[in-house]
Amino acid sequence: MIDLVGKRNWFFLISAIVIIPGIISLAVFGLKPGVDFSSGTAMTLSFDKGVELSQLRQELTDLGYDKAVVQPAGEGDFFVRLPELSSEQTTNLKDSLQTGLDTNITISSLYSVSPIVAAGTVRNTFIAVVVAAIGILLYISWAFRKMPKPIRWGTCAIIALLHDLVVVIAVFSILGWVAGVEVDALFVTGVLAVVGVSVNNIVVVFDRIRENMKRGVSRDFEVVANYGIIESLGRSLNTGLATLFVIVALYLLGGATTHTLVLALMIGIATGIYSSLCIAGQLLVVWEKGLSPRKKVATSPA
Amino acid sequence: MKRGNTPLLIFILVLFGFCLWVIWPGNGIFGRNEFTLGLDLKGGSHLVYQIDLSKKDPAQSDADVIDGVKSKIERRVNAYGVTEPIVQSITNERGSFVLVQLPGVKDIDQALKLIGQTAELDFEERVVDSSGNPVLDENGNQEWVIAKAKGSDGQERELTGKYLKPNAQVVLTSQTNEPEVAFEWNSEGAVLFEQITQRNLQKPLGIFLDNQLISAPTVQAVIKDKGVITGLNLEEARTLAIQLNSGSLDVPLTLVERRDIGATMGEDSLKKSLMAGIIGSAMVVLFMIAYYRFSGFVACLALVVFVVLNLAVFKLIPVVLTLPGIAGFLVSVGMGVDGNVLVAERLKEELRRGRTLGAAIEEGFRQSWSAILDANVTVFIACAVLYWLGNTFGNFLVLGFATTLFIGTALSMFTQVVVTRTFLRTLVGLGVAKSPGAYGVAKQ
Repeated sequence: MIDLVGKRNWFFLISAIVIIPGIISLAVFGLKPGVDFSSGTAMTLSFDKGVELSQLRQELTDLGYDKAVVQPAGEGDFFVRLPELSSEQTTNLKDSLQTGLDTNITISSLYSVSPIVAAGTVRNTFIAVVVAAIGILLYISWAFRKMPKPIRWGTCAIIALLHDLVVVIAVFSILGWVAGVEVDALFVTGVLAVVGVSVNNIVVVFDRIRENMKRGVSRDFEVVANYGIIESLGRSLNTGLATLFVIVALYLLGGATTHTLVLALMIGIATGIYSSLCIAGQLLVVWEKGLSPRKKVATSPA
Repeated sequence: MKRGNTPLLIFILVLFGFCLWVIWPGNGIFGRNEFTLGLDLKGGSHLVYQIDLSKKDPAQSDADVIDGVKSKIERRVNAYGVTEPIVQSITNERGSFVLVQLPGVKDIDQALKLIGQTAELDFEERVVDSSGNPVLDENGNQEWVIAKAKGSDGQERELTGKYLKPNAQVVLTSQTNEPEVAFEWNSEGAVLFEQITQRNLQKPLGIFLDNQLISAPTVQAVIKDKGVITGLNLEEARTLAIQLNSGSLDVPLTLVERRDIGATMGEDSLKKSLMAGIIGSAMVVLFMIAYYRFSGFVACLALVVFVVLNLAVFKLIPVVLTLPGIAGFLVSVGMGVDGNVLVAERLKEELRRGRTLGAAIEEGFRQSWSAILDANVTVFIACAVLYWLGNTFGNFLVLGFATTLFIGTALSMFTQVVVTRTFLRTLVGLGVAKSPGAYGVAKQ
């Protein structure tokens, strides 16, 4: 049988390799807030005639919008992010660009948020995260009431959950300064959905470990834990894969609107599979026995 | 075959048949014959205005002002000719807002003018000095003052749009074919207008909309009950007529959020999502069959039932489908096989332990139920929080995701357990797939 518990220090190391740079990136660069959170006007422009990125950028600078963020949005379209514009300013900008670039322009999507709305969004997001955390904590304390040491098991579940969330947020922080990926309300949606899926994976694994303890699989908790994890392997991998098939298809083929949502789900669910198999149960063992892996005695249950 | 299985099977098949009929294009009950698409899929505009309550008349209550604004905007939007608009008022700790959704609106600039303007119309007289010469301001423009006259009860009143009958309309002048807005005064307005035209004969009378001069025609005769406003293009005339009929807003509005989605963009997104859904689901089906063989096949049958049931629910409730909503639904398709995976894994174990097929199936379901239930509770918690979040944001995208993920997860619990078990029992009862190998158990 594969010994996933014995290799726990390797797994912790792998996680650290992702998480530590991620946390540094978060501390240094933070997340790149989208229009939802920071206010402003974002729009996708379609041109009748091909326009170069540099041309558009130059034209915007000439019009006084030198801080505009301009990114290609596929099929010759461009995404432009500006400080908040009134509807008159938007119309004027479009007209000036049409004249300047000598082409007809269609604003194929526009999203404009004023500071008052953005401030409310930030506040509500914060409340939602706190409420979700309380809900999940209540759930965990209920789900683990049957466990031998509920606090210990609950704590390990929460650490594994935080692990998943930190990975998602850290990756978005890195993508923010590498690829200009912004976080918006849909990113928050994705992260909260990841919480739901991730906790559920951990619970399934812990449930198996507990079942094996009751059955008296072995006296050695390390063996019991490994046995439970291996038994959950098929389920965790297969459900996770099935979900990822759909999500990857959505990411590759679906529209740009849901990109942040789908990307957060994709990273979160993949990390969730890993942490439920390689981190959560292993944490329990560490709490029980300390960091040093046991000597190779019994790889299969007694 | 287990007792009670046949009625259950019939029930599932009838339900499935009904739902299949429902989702067929053009079919439906309660008049719900089409899926309801959100703004991001059919294109349109989502606007949020802040209602400036600090400018209200102190005699009015906040609630009255908000209701007034909402109903006037509703009238404006309906008169503009948008299909299925949504107008909602939202009050939270940041203030009072009115949310307007205009699906399929083409000329957003015009719609913005129509909705957001206070549209306070008034009639003004020239300010003249003692010798009767016009008084000019520092820019050399004529100064104006609101025309007042004695009302029917002898009180001095300003002549404003509030004395108009709500039947203003755009007409084209017979000679020049130019648009003008024809209006009628109510009885009080007629009393005022008569006195004002009387004393302004052969003098200009300024017509102001939100303190902007639209036109200043010279009064040719004493008029009582009606008049026309000229000096507008056709669009402006149309907008003004709607605004006059719906009444001016009691307080100014500020546009604080605006989201426009072009119709082609929406259509394109819908196609892309459907394609992603089909390919993703096909991969799930192939994977389940390849890995779990017969259990996987049955799981896929259950998945088909799940998808059809789900779509029927979307159509009948109706759920407003948005892009994130479709993503939520597809995620529930992927996660929806979780129950099947749990059961199929248990089934394999029980078979390996040497149980008979029938016993293994029953045991597999019995043992998996608590895990399936537990597992979905966390998703429900997340959905509940997201629903609240989407609601307070007024963010229909977040709301869409939470709604479809919740419905999908709830329905999948039913299909994973009840439908899969019924199908398995039936097929096994018929003698299909007897060997453990058909369930992915390697021969020992």
